[in-house]
Amino acid sequence: MTADITTRRTPLDGWTSRFAELAPAVRLTERPFRSQLTLRLRDAGRAAAVSRVLGVDLPETPCTFNRGAGPHGPVEVAWLGPDEYLVLAQPGLQRTLESALREAIGGTQGGAVVDVSAQRTTLALSGPRARDLLAHGCAIDLHPSVSPTGTCVQTLLAQTGIILLVRDADPAEFLLLVRASFARYLAAWLVDAGAEYREEPV
Amino acid sequence: MQLIPCPWCGPREEVEFHYGGQAHVDYPAEPAALSDEEWAKFVFFRDNPRGPFAERWSHAAGCRRWFNAVRDTRSYELLAVYRPGQERPVTT
Repeated sequence: MTADITTRRTPLDGWTSRFAELAPAVRLTERPFRSQLTLRLRDAGRAAAVSRVLGVDLPETPCTFNRGAGPHGPVEVAWLGPDEYLVLAQPGLQRTLESALREAIGGTQGGAVVDVSAQRTTLALSGPRARDLLAHGCAIDLHPSVSPTGTCVQTLLAQTGIILLVRDADPAEFLLLVRASFARYLAAWLVDAGAEYREEPV
Repeated sequence: MQLIPCPWCGPREEVEFHYGGQAHVDYPAEPAALSDEEWAKFVFFRDNPRGPFAERWSHAAGCRRWFNAVRDTRSYELLAVYRPGQERPVTT
């Protein structure tokens, strides 16, 4: 038998039914193939040009993200470091965004734009028990008073490095970005940790 | 667990950090002019004080940036953290 290498598969291909078992207390779905680009900005004066391309301002406060819509549709821009940002967009836009962003920062002298779409996969986590589920393996205080909407933290969840975006603090709605090679481990951990909330009356 | 305050991300658990040894060990201005003994001192010899000690730390699982911290080696208490390029703050 020949291996099928023409069909594109997500790291969490085949996990949909196991995720569905967690509902309704926890709703977990994969958002596959999202465009992800790392942006390193050498010249902070170029931030305005980048904002025009994306339609969203670059986040200035550490550990936050901005979301909005621009010429390339809905985008999220997360703060990853003092000069480092992660741009998240709809699937299939990585080539277009890469060249548009590189032009906006002034070419290779102005910093770096790298397509990292294959590096991580995205998990959307929501539901009344989503915060309790994360608390099983994540030390970050996700109470809305500490981590309001727009918080973006890079931390460890069950010993795995993740980027956690708080899309909505109340009702809880999170995005988890996890390395593709750790995705199945994290999925198994989430399904196991959420077992106690199954069939719980909401 | 001990919390270490990253200058950018705020207090995080110690497991997210990586230790980088003594801070403010400057690379020799003229490496070629150093004797073997001076070179060995630069490469291998570090202070080992009992009390406040300026160290380098990296927030490896977070923003992945290096910063400096003054830690009391007797109590493990972090007296100050500061960004690279900043002066070592005065601690008591």
